[in-house]
Amino acid sequence: MDVFVQQLINGLTLGSIYGLIAIGYTMVFGIIGMVNFAHGDVFMVSTFIALISFLGLTALGISSVALAFLLVLIVTMALTALWGFSVERIAYRPLRGSFRLAPLISAIGVSIFLSNFVQVAQGARNKALPSMLDGGLTLFERDGYAVTLSYKQILIMAVTSVLLLGFWYLVQRTPFGRAQRACEQDRKMAALLGIDVDRTISLTFVLGAVLAAVAGLLYLLYYGVVSFSDGFVPGVKAFTAAVLGGIGSLPGAVIGGLIIGLIETFWSAYFSIEYKDVAAFSILAIVLIFMPSGLLGRAEVEKV
Amino acid sequence: MNAPLLSLRGVSAYYGSVAALRGVDLDVNEGEIVTLIGANGAGKSTLMMTVFGAPRARSGTIAFAGEDITARPTHAIARLGLAQSPEGRRVFPRMSVQENLQMGAALHGGRYFGQDLEKVCTLFPRLKERLNQRAGTMSGGEQQMLAIGRALMSRPRLLMLDEPSLGLAPLVVKQIFSAISALNREEGMTIFLVEQNAYHALKLAHRGSVLVNGRITLSGPARALLDDPSIKAAYLEGGHAPTASVGEGVQA
Repeated sequence: MDVFVQQLINGLTLGSIYGLIAIGYTMVFGIIGMVNFAHGDVFMVSTFIALISFLGLTALGISSVALAFLLVLIVTMALTALWGFSVERIAYRPLRGSFRLAPLISAIGVSIFLSNFVQVAQGARNKALPSMLDGGLTLFERDGYAVTLSYKQILIMAVTSVLLLGFWYLVQRTPFGRAQRACEQDRKMAALLGIDVDRTISLTFVLGAVLAAVAGLLYLLYYGVVSFSDGFVPGVKAFTAAVLGGIGSLPGAVIGGLIIGLIETFWSAYFSIEYKDVAAFSILAIVLIFMPSGLLGRAEVEKV
Repeated sequence: MNAPLLSLRGVSAYYGSVAALRGVDLDVNEGEIVTLIGANGAGKSTLMMTVFGAPRARSGTIAFAGEDITARPTHAIARLGLAQSPEGRRVFPRMSVQENLQMGAALHGGRYFGQDLEKVCTLFPRLKERLNQRAGTMSGGEQQMLAIGRALMSRPRLLMLDEPSLGLAPLVVKQIFSAISALNREEGMTIFLVEQNAYHALKLAHRGSVLVNGRITLSGPARALLDDPSIKAAYLEGGHAPTASVGEGVQA
């Protein structure tokens, strides 16, 4: 029971991060029907932006953790948004209207470019962040096993929840969100109503990148170490989460993220840590056999 | 004031290398209902979409309210005050009726939403009952009303309707056509109506044109076209048209 609760906490923490990244995959897929394989690497770039800003602030002598966190959050979101925007502008928009696989190949190219660029610019070795925000709350203790909720975990879950609420509001209740959903359902019709579709697509990439940036910052805080290759595995996991939840569905992406996070931690705790990725992907395969459009995905049938 | 609101001169459009419109000249004056009739595949819907730049005219010019819009992006054309209820209606299926109408009002930032919503609901009371229903679950007739309502929400200077009667029950067709006529009569709305249902369309319109294989073959006052023997033979006496003309009296 103690181990179970502890793993539940760990799994939800990890799952929050996957969920935030997964939203970027699912939104872009929803609006232009393309898997943005570079999204994981945009996430990786954001971890480096966060790391460099943290180190920069420390060098400037800012010692308040809360202030540093806030500044880094803003800088990381802004710069990563710029990356997301540029990637769409340079690598995808010129290919719109081209054959279906063209942007996909372009995305793989961007992914390789980003990871190599960071490898050359920052070096191939792992980069570490001086530990901060250590400690936590001990929820209960029995037979020498303490179930703890670390401050980092609280921060991650709190930031994720607030962000998701704000994001949900943006998509469901604002004119931009409506335009975004309209483009997702019928781009041509949206244009006929005066919606600038290209701009909406740009903003979708920016939004996905901003969420990935927050995930990147939280990931950096949680693990304390980042590497140029960190775009790949978390990226694939988040993509898996998006597919598991039903690609195109926003709540699906979050739920998928949480499920993948939970499977991974529980498998590591109860079975073997070496096979945690196998477990996560096996569940994906099993779910897709019985629910081809994912947990919350919609079957492509519509009354015309 | 004398210049036409919408004017096409020598407009040609292609799908790949297939010509869909060949040198079309067409004018719509302020306050008029102009109808374009023609058989399936004649290029009627293409003409509607070409006005909006999708596909773009490969030659010729399109002007709206004196401005050359031939090369403008689709969304910019819509913002000038043209609204379309397109072929196939294209309501946003996973949005509520209200959200669909809000999308129509999007280019004004929702400034007139309240009062315009009321107008549209007066015109189509059916929509009022269904504001929270998902548009994709409505019947064809209701979706057509929504598509027209959505177009009206943008407060257009020119309302373009692509086959609003297609696939609908005669009674619903009658409702929709009387709404169109009321819009023109009571609010002076300028309307460009594309129809296969030639009899109904010509009854309603002030002027009409006939499109055959991407060319305008005949234009004139609607009344004259109704009496034109070649039109009678091609569009009114064959196929569905006579049933429509009989049906109108019976089902009224």
